[in-house]
Amino acid sequence: MTKEEYVETINRISGTDVRKCMKCGKCSGRCPAFKDMDIKPHQFVSLLVKGDVDALLESKAIWHCLSCMACVERCPRGVAPAAVVEAVRDTVVRMQGNNGVKAEDIPPVVDELIPQQLLVSAYRKYNK
Amino acid sequence: MQRIGVFICWCGSNIAATVDVERVAEIMKSEPGVVYSANYQYMCSENGQQLIKQAIKEHNLTGIVVGACSPRMHEATFRKAAEAAGLNPYMVEIANIREHCSWIHKDMEEATEKAVVLVRTAIAKVKLNAPLTAGESPVVKRALVIGGGIAGIQAALDIADAGFEVDIVEKNATIGGRMAQLDKTFPTLDCSACILTPKMVDCAQHEKIDILSYSEIEDVKGFVGNFSVTIRKKARYVDETKCTGCKICMEKCPSKKGLNTFNMGLNTRPAIHIPFAQAIPNVAVIDPEQCIKLKTGKCGICQKFCGVGAIDYEQKDTFIERQYGAIVVATGFKPISLESFNEYGYDDNKDVITSLELERLMNAAGPTNGVLLRPSDGEHPKVITFIQCVGSRDTSGCGKPYCSKVCCMYTAKHAMLIREKYPDTEVHVFYIDVRTPGKNYDEFFRRAVEQYGVDYIKGMVGKVYNENGKLMVQGSNLIDNEQVTIESDLVVLAAAIEPEPSVRKIATLLTASIDTNNFLTESHAKLRPVESPTAGVYLAGMCQGPKDIPETVSQASACAAKVIGLLVKDKLKTNPCVATPDEMMCNGCSQCANVCAYGAITYIDKEFRLGGGKTEVRRVASVNPAVCQGCGACTVTCPSGAMDLKGFSSKQIMSEVEAICKK
Amino acid sequence: MKISYYPGCTLKTKAKDLDVTARLCAKALGVEMEEIENWQCCGAVYPMATDEIATKLSAVRALDHAKHNGGKLLTLCSACHNVIKRTNEDMKTNDDIRFRANNYLQLDEPYGGEAEVLHYLEMLKTVVGFDNIKKAVVNPVKRKIGAYYGCLLLRPSGVMAFDNPENPTIIEDFIRAIGGTPVIYPFRNECCGAYVSLKNSDLPKQKSKKVLMSAKEKGAEEIITACPLCLYNLQVNGEGTLPVKYFTELLAEALGVQV
Repeated sequence: MTKEEYVETINRISGTDVRKCMKCGKCSGRCPAFKDMDIKPHQFVSLLVKGDVDALLESKAIWHCLSCMACVERCPRGVAPAAVVEAVRDTVVRMQGNNGVKAEDIPPVVDELIPQQLLVSAYRKYNK
Repeated sequence: MQRIGVFICWCGSNIAATVDVERVAEIMKSEPGVVYSANYQYMCSENGQQLIKQAIKEHNLTGIVVGACSPRMHEATFRKAAEAAGLNPYMVEIANIREHCSWIHKDMEEATEKAVVLVRTAIAKVKLNAPLTAGESPVVKRALVIGGGIAGIQAALDIADAGFEVDIVEKNATIGGRMAQLDKTFPTLDCSACILTPKMVDCAQHEKIDILSYSEIEDVKGFVGNFSVTIRKKARYVDETKCTGCKICMEKCPSKKGLNTFNMGLNTRPAIHIPFAQAIPNVAVIDPEQCIKLKTGKCGICQKFCGVGAIDYEQKDTFIERQYGAIVVATGFKPISLESFNEYGYDDNKDVITSLELERLMNAAGPTNGVLLRPSDGEHPKVITFIQCVGSRDTSGCGKPYCSKVCCMYTAKHAMLIREKYPDTEVHVFYIDVRTPGKNYDEFFRRAVEQYGVDYIKGMVGKVYNENGKLMVQGSNLIDNEQVTIESDLVVLAAAIEPEPSVRKIATLLTASIDTNNFLTESHAKLRPVESPTAGVYLAGMCQGPKDIPETVSQASACAAKVIGLLVKDKLKTNPCVATPDEMMCNGCSQCANVCAYGAITYIDKEFRLGGGKTEVRRVASVNPAVCQGCGACTVTCPSGAMDLKGFSSKQIMSEVEAICKK
Repeated sequence: MKISYYPGCTLKTKAKDLDVTARLCAKALGVEMEEIENWQCCGAVYPMATDEIATKLSAVRALDHAKHNGGKLLTLCSACHNVIKRTNEDMKTNDDIRFRANNYLQLDEPYGGEAEVLHYLEMLKTVVGFDNIKKAVVNPVKRKIGAYYGCLLLRPSGVMAFDNPENPTIIEDFIRAIGGTPVIYPFRNECCGAYVSLKNSDLPKQKSKKVLMSAKEKGAEEIITACPLCLYNLQVNGEGTLPVKYFTELLAEALGVQV
């Protein structure tokens, strides 16, 4: 894909209009995972507006976003930063060999209390 | 035989860049009935008008069509020109080839084609036009001002100073409005009460001004120059003519737990009270929801102590009807409810307050006598965090899509005043943008930063929560790309403003238009900013859009100038394009009278000759041409097609439709 | 009365307590939860990408089943509720997703969001009524209890329409109904961070501690939740700050239901 095609894809599958952002930063003011994100929620939006695909696709923050919707809930402009994060993550994991969770990584971290929900959702979120 | 002239305007490049004006004028030459067709750069110019006048005389024109901008802009101009050349002004039709054509199309071929159709349509109509003569109606030389805040006060004073009678109708017990609640005013920091109360006193003492406080507009009839307004004087249970404002009743009243709305509910007041020390009129009012006597029949203490016998528990609402030539709407604003913004913890924490509440906490006449103490425990707050744009610029559905305009400046003011009075207090301000256009405004804001060391943080707050007795303000700092949490003692929210909700009812009564945010709409955003599209209704202050005190006062004075300009006239020309019933077709069904928003239609019993010497009395519609606004609602409602509008007859409109449809 | 019930993967295994107590309590309150046939795992996380269709189909199948069996689909696990409710909204309002999902499924009649998704708490509130629960309580839970909503039940509020996303009250009302004292604390609607446990074990630790400390500071003696993942995270990473239970366990205790 060309850079333009990436931008188009991310915009389309995010389903949100990033141009509505007025750069208030409320999303990043509320994000519970802020400190663990190399690119902050408001930057996902502004980088997509700017078309900086490289920065987006290389971000580590896509593995740390909790999809808790706090940013979506409070955005005064009806933008969904979490949907942009997910669109970037989907774009990354849909490429060959980019799955975020490998089967061999699982057994060492699984204790007997871990609910299925966690494993299912991890595969759903991080792998294709 | 009709002799029609066609005049196509270029409007510089506004029309000519998209419409081939020469070709349009050329095509019109061969239209049936057209004897003259021309085009010109600016038809509205002196030379353009001269061209029209000359053509009317030289070619004995019986009607003209001007293809130009919207009739809202220059219909009056061209009518005047026609009249000067001896043509009845109602023999002029405008084909709007700018707003309806050149401005909205890009392709020249298509736009030209459309312009041709639009001009042909106007020709079809003008052929059926008949000369009309405007009637006259008298002007009642008295103005009504709805709302007694600074906007209403200023408008009333200016109108009264020109020698006209003015009534101020104020729904609260005193005039003064929101400005009376403010502590200091930007950008000069003079005390709000010090500059407002002299104007309130001027109103009270002005022989031409009548203040109807604790009163509301109940009904409005009539039209520009001759409005008839019913005003409800709410029962205040105190005789205004007797009460001396001694306040003994306030001391003695046993029911003291009512929320003091003047102080934004930050403290309490007795059931019988005078809202604040400088209230005008300085007359007590009883809150019937709170008064023990009115609720249970027992008590009556205030009556016992009143030295002048002013208390009257039997008082009822009374209605007065008055005539006015002009009406100024100055109903003001309120801060929005914060129920959709629970993330800021306003409902859960006493120490999260709005800016208007802070005004009262800083005011010497406020609940803390001007000492800044936090509501929860009466302690001095050491760290204060302000949050701007709470509900402003919000298109998510929780708040308002517009900028409230005044918050940046009053927040800078609050921050500065706090740092001045309590230098050991730390002050933070979260902002999205600081907007300070206005004379000495940005300088004022910069003073807060540079001289007073207020910490401005570019970012927005995501959550305010209470932890170990501190208010934790968690937000973003976009300049440093950080998330910060500020331990605060007091949080101040710059809540968005919205028009006072009662404006909706008033707008309906006045048939004044209102926008999606409940702001009253002005007639033209730039050129007629103080006039409502409803003739004789003028707009001042926040009811028309967010604005600060200097702008409000300017607009109020502008309103006054417009009102004075109206009231000095003895008579007004009326619009001759009014409804007329064909009495032979009218079946007296009343449907037209039911839809008429102006009350212009009545029914009369009329005798008709049937032939053979016989007569019959039938009930038929009758239109008062002085009241009819020519809206046309009756013409489309009439089931028998008896009602028609002069200048816009069904026949004329159908001929226009035919002209559009014809290939 | 009978309601179609969607248990979900975790309630059949690690969160059996939630499932069992919920069924017994419902029965005691006159509601029979009828587990739908051949349900499939909802995927445990709602796929937000507008082109994700296949990942939503199991939810649509369950919804379609409910449509033909009483019209209501009862959920209990917060994650299932979030996925199914949001998918239902897509089927109701998003023409593209509805068209493509129906294309895959080839149902006898296309599904268009007709079923109503009802969380167990909503069922207690609207079908049973908290007043009736109060009357049925034999063993009031006289403790100070913090409700933990987390993220999944509340957000996005426009779609979930569960409660006020910043100031919810439904679990507090539930706590009052069973005789307890609800403790309001600021982090009850904050995410516990559990979803990223496999990628980042630090974040869930910090977040769950923050939640529990916040509840403890405001006087809570225990925490209740509707989410198996939150329960796991708060228990494991909370290091015993406060006991964490499913809300249905307290309901069973209050109703005197023997498990």
